[in-house]
Amino acid sequence: MRLTIITAALVLAAGMSAAETVLPADVAYGEDGAVEMSLTGKAGDAAEGAIIMSSKGRGNCISCHAVTALNDAPFHGEVGPMLDGIGDVRSEAEIRGIVADAKMTFEESLMPSFYKTTGYIRPGNAYTGKAPTEELAPLLSAQDIEDVVAFLLTLKDS
Amino acid sequence: MNFKALTAIALVAGLSAPLAMAGGADDDNMVINGDTDMTTKAAAAAHLDGALDEVISGWHFRSDETQQLQLDDFDNPGMIFVDKAMDTWNAAEGTEGKACADCHDDPADSMAGVRATYPKWNEAAGEVRTLQMQVNDCRVNQMGAEAWKYDAGTAVDMEAMISVQSRGMPMNVAIDGGAADTWAKGKELYYTRTGQLELSCANCHEDNYGNYIRADHLSQGQTNGFPAYRLKNAKLNGVHSRFKGCVRDTRAETYSPGSAEFIALELYVASRGNGLAVEGPSVRN
Ligand code: HEC
Ligand code: HEC
Ligand code: HEC
Repeated sequence: MRLTIITAALVLAAGMSAAETVLPADVAYGEDGAVEMSLTGKAGDAAEGAIIMSSKGRGNCISCHAVTALNDAPFHGEVGPMLDGIGDVRSEAEIRGIVADAKMTFEESLMPSFYKTTGYIRPGNAYTGKAPTEELAPLLSAQDIEDVVAFLLTLKDS
Repeated sequence: MNFKALTAIALVAGLSAPLAMAGGADDDNMVINGDTDMTTKAAAAAHLDGALDEVISGWHFRSDETQQLQLDDFDNPGMIFVDKAMDTWNAAEGTEGKACADCHDDPADSMAGVRATYPKWNEAAGEVRTLQMQVNDCRVNQMGAEAWKYDAGTAVDMEAMISVQSRGMPMNVAIDGGAADTWAKGKELYYTRTGQLELSCANCHEDNYGNYIRADHLSQGQTNGFPAYRLKNAKLNGVHSRFKGCVRDTRAETYSPGSAEFIALELYVASRGNGLAVEGPSVRN
């Protein structure tokens, strides 16, 4: 977990120098929860996105979603829908909105809000069970989100 | 759940994804030591109207190998700790030089049915007491001994020994009268989405029982099997320690074992299991 925090912090710090990075509080969600603009202005790296989705300490998306393209990683969960073909049915903006904060698209969604830092009840310091000692970082950095979006857009049936 | 349906469709379509094998509770029957039939599925209590129709023991969601270990006391590693607690029961301690046995004789008689009713409102003390709290009350006020640390080995072992005396009896926790306020507080905690993952107990154990979350097959999060022997840490585990782990996994600041919040939560969760047989000590992974 500590590694994740450090990575997140580094990515954030790196991101801040790029003036385009949109902070969690400034993300512009459309009425349906979609986010048109890239959070970083930098193209997402789909290969990195695949790693983020499978890593326990990062997105851990497969704990809830099955994704055939990520079959190398074990134990895909069934809490959320299977994501095969999502690149055909959802636009980039919709996917960005869902990955950044799924609750903007699906009311009361069980899916965690990955690009958000406030509004929590008893947030902890990662998985320590203890109170946080500093300001919360979002679960994923802006570039992580873009990388995941890029990967999801490659999931096409056709 | 529409997602269960989706997953089911995906499975029927013959997906090769390494899904941990899907499926809800299994249909096995639990008979302990070849003679005690256990009620592991029961109609949900009236207060669960709209939430659950049936309550199901966590045993049904475990692998065959883990399930098997609970069926015979010679195989159940938790029984070693029950034996240890029997020694404690008979040992005098504290300034009064008394043992549990001096006042309660044979636990097979005095403690039969007790576990099924806890946590329980204590009128004289004006509080809801968990079984561990009641035992500590006896230690401090009847024996002149020190209270055991909450969920520490000795306390949980004793709880397991007392639970065995009720094994097979239906959970029957009262939620009215003096317990009502504490119960309501526990219910609120159960449905509160905590931590940076913003997940409530209900999100996992009511909305998604039967589903896998990564490698874990979600149960209803019932407490009738506690204390639980976990293969993971090779000891008996108390309810509050389990709660703590679950809250921590939502990336939240947890409550402590023995806290007012966990006492309330234990009462509420126990009441969700009313009708299920007391199983403690159960075996879990
Ligand atoms: C705790 C479980 C959970 C986790 C972890 C999770 N999701 Fe989800 N996700 C869901 C659920 C449930 C839905 C269904 C939407 C709803 O809430 O109704 C969903 C929906 C989605 C959708 C929309 C699917 C569609 O058909 O429209 C996408 C895309 C998605 N998730 C991507 C992700 C990504 C990427 C991650 C990791 C960064 C992730 N999810 C992590 C539970 C989860
Ligand atoms: C000096 C006598 C005495 C000793 C010693 C004693 N108890 Fe008790 N115990 C009582 C009395 C009296 C009650 C009923 C008190 C009450 O209802 O508040 C009681 C109640 C209980 C109950 C609750 C029973 C119920 O029906 O709810 C449990 C459990 C219990 N004792 C366990 C123990 C254990 C375990 C020990 C040893 C660690 C112990 N007691 C030692 C006198 C004793
Ligand atoms: C992110 C999902 C998740 C959340 C949220 C969660 N749990 Fe759990 N819980 C689990 C998993 C996984 C297990 C182990 C498998 C099982 O029995 O479900 C478990 C097990 C349990 C068990 C043991 C059940 C048994 O039969 O051994 C209890 C009791 C429990 N949880 C209670 C709670 C309570 C109370 C809350 C809310 C404070 C809670 N859980 C929140 C995932 C969760």
